[in-house]
Amino acid sequence: MTIERKEIEKLATLSRLAIDEKTIADVTGRLSSVLALVDQLQNANTDSLQEISRPFHTSQRLRDDEVSETDQRDAFQAIAPETHNGLFTVPKMIE
Amino acid sequence: MSWETVIGLEVHVQLATKTKIFSAASTAFGATPNSQACAIDLAMPGTLPVLNKQAVNYAIMFGLAIDADICQESVFERKNYFYPDLPKGYQTTQLEKPIVGRGSVTIQLADGSEKAIGIHHAHLEEDAGKSTHEGNLPHGMSGVDLNRAGTPLIEIVSEPDMRSAEEAIAFAKKLHSIVTSINICDGEMSQGSMRFDVNVSVRPTGSSVLGTRTETKNLNSFKFMEEAIEREVERQIDLIEDGGIVAQETRLYNGDTKVAKSMRSKEEANDYRYFPCPDLLPVLISDATIEELRQALPELPDARQKRFVSQYGLSNYDSNHIASDSNMSAFFEVVAKGSSNAKLAANWVMGELSGALNNADLNFSGSPVSPQQLAGMVARIEDNSISGKMAKLVFEAMWKGEGTADEIIQAKGLKQVSDSGALEKIVAEVLDANLAMVEDFINSDESKRKKKLGGFMGQIMKASKGQANPQQVNQILLQKLNELL
Repeated sequence: MTIERKEIEKLATLSRLAIDEKTIADVTGRLSSVLALVDQLQNANTDSLQEISRPFHTSQRLRDDEVSETDQRDAFQAIAPETHNGLFTVPKMIE
Repeated sequence: MSWETVIGLEVHVQLATKTKIFSAASTAFGATPNSQACAIDLAMPGTLPVLNKQAVNYAIMFGLAIDADICQESVFERKNYFYPDLPKGYQTTQLEKPIVGRGSVTIQLADGSEKAIGIHHAHLEEDAGKSTHEGNLPHGMSGVDLNRAGTPLIEIVSEPDMRSAEEAIAFAKKLHSIVTSINICDGEMSQGSMRFDVNVSVRPTGSSVLGTRTETKNLNSFKFMEEAIEREVERQIDLIEDGGIVAQETRLYNGDTKVAKSMRSKEEANDYRYFPCPDLLPVLISDATIEELRQALPELPDARQKRFVSQYGLSNYDSNHIASDSNMSAFFEVVAKGSSNAKLAANWVMGELSGALNNADLNFSGSPVSPQQLAGMVARIEDNSISGKMAKLVFEAMWKGEGTADEIIQAKGLKQVSDSGALEKIVAEVLDANLAMVEDFINSDESKRKKKLGGFMGQIMKASKGQANPQQVNQILLQKLNELL
């Protein structure tokens, strides 16, 4: 399976990545070779195997429902690009 | 041509945990903006999510409440999209292996019939933050409060089994009733604790092919939901009958202006590039955990409704009405047990008290009249100390904080006169003072006499300053008049 230029452009838009003309060809080639590898994996016979989502046989550790975080807003907002009255501010995003 | 409406719901339920789904920051509503958004919620580099056990348990409890399969190995995935109130650039949610599988919820309709609505699945996920676009903000800017980011949600996805706004509302109310009865959600709709996305399509009656659907998002009241569905159905039918085609799109309904508009075209945005979240391992749920939660599951609304009928002798209508609200149910039971007249208790809880709470925008847990106080008052109606009419005065005084029913009856001198000697005296005095009325009564046809009794009753109640026991007065009056015939 190969990936088309059009799909690269769409993915870049969805991922908010700026890819210039020069890099598009390069990225297309590299992603196509990743997909080729996936194709190769698809050919492996997995009939006798159970589907797993992780390579480890462990499960998620669960946390008790107790508040332990404290208010560190000032510290976080000191490194934020812009804030106003305790809110993080961003360019207006409503139509 | 006649049309059939097809409705499916996606319901977001905020779980009543103390902390976020993946961090130990508080979920308390109404805190100072961003004071409850910790490094994990803000997606600071190097942070890792740690799953909240209570959120998992609550999701399992919901599954048990709707008789669904619990997925004993469930997996979190990343749903990728960009929005300023989603700091990570993806929402951690579930897709292929949601924690709750197929289930079903039975709704009761106005005509008394029942219908089962299928639940496709329910999954665990995190809420996003909240954006504000108006108010005290620098020009051209939006503000983001991330306190809500990471609040645990279950998203309940129904099958497209509903055929009218009425069915959709009944289903939404039933879900509200279930999640509040098992205490996994506070049910505060105005605070966004439950939010509904409504998928609506229409098709010619008799057709088995689904029409193109639209999704109206984020409705947070039953009333708005009903309006949004009715308007959308009308819009789609008009569109098709005029030769148009319904576009698959997301719409927003503004309950204040009653206007719905298209939000974005689905094809463009609906590419979330889901993949299993590498930061979280599969969640394994043991049989023992499921069994433990099943044993501890509080009474469900349907079981409660049946119990109210058998234990208290309530009608189907009354028991349904009360049992659907867990707070009202708890209140009612205290009143019923404390007054020994469950039917009267139900009438006061559903009538006067519900009305007063509604007007004051309060719920049962915040009622100024305690269930014990109301029980005390109902007991005084029951033992004929006060009439229903006087009880209204007592209730008003209790509402204003003037004390218990007994204290108020004492202080205001409201005690009903049930002493037959005293009542006979009042009746005799009124008859003596109204000889013309008595004569008219005697000379009337028997069929008209009943109507004329009202005039005497009015005079007698007035003479007793409203304190005479009406049933007894009626008896004495009839007896005295019959003697004159």
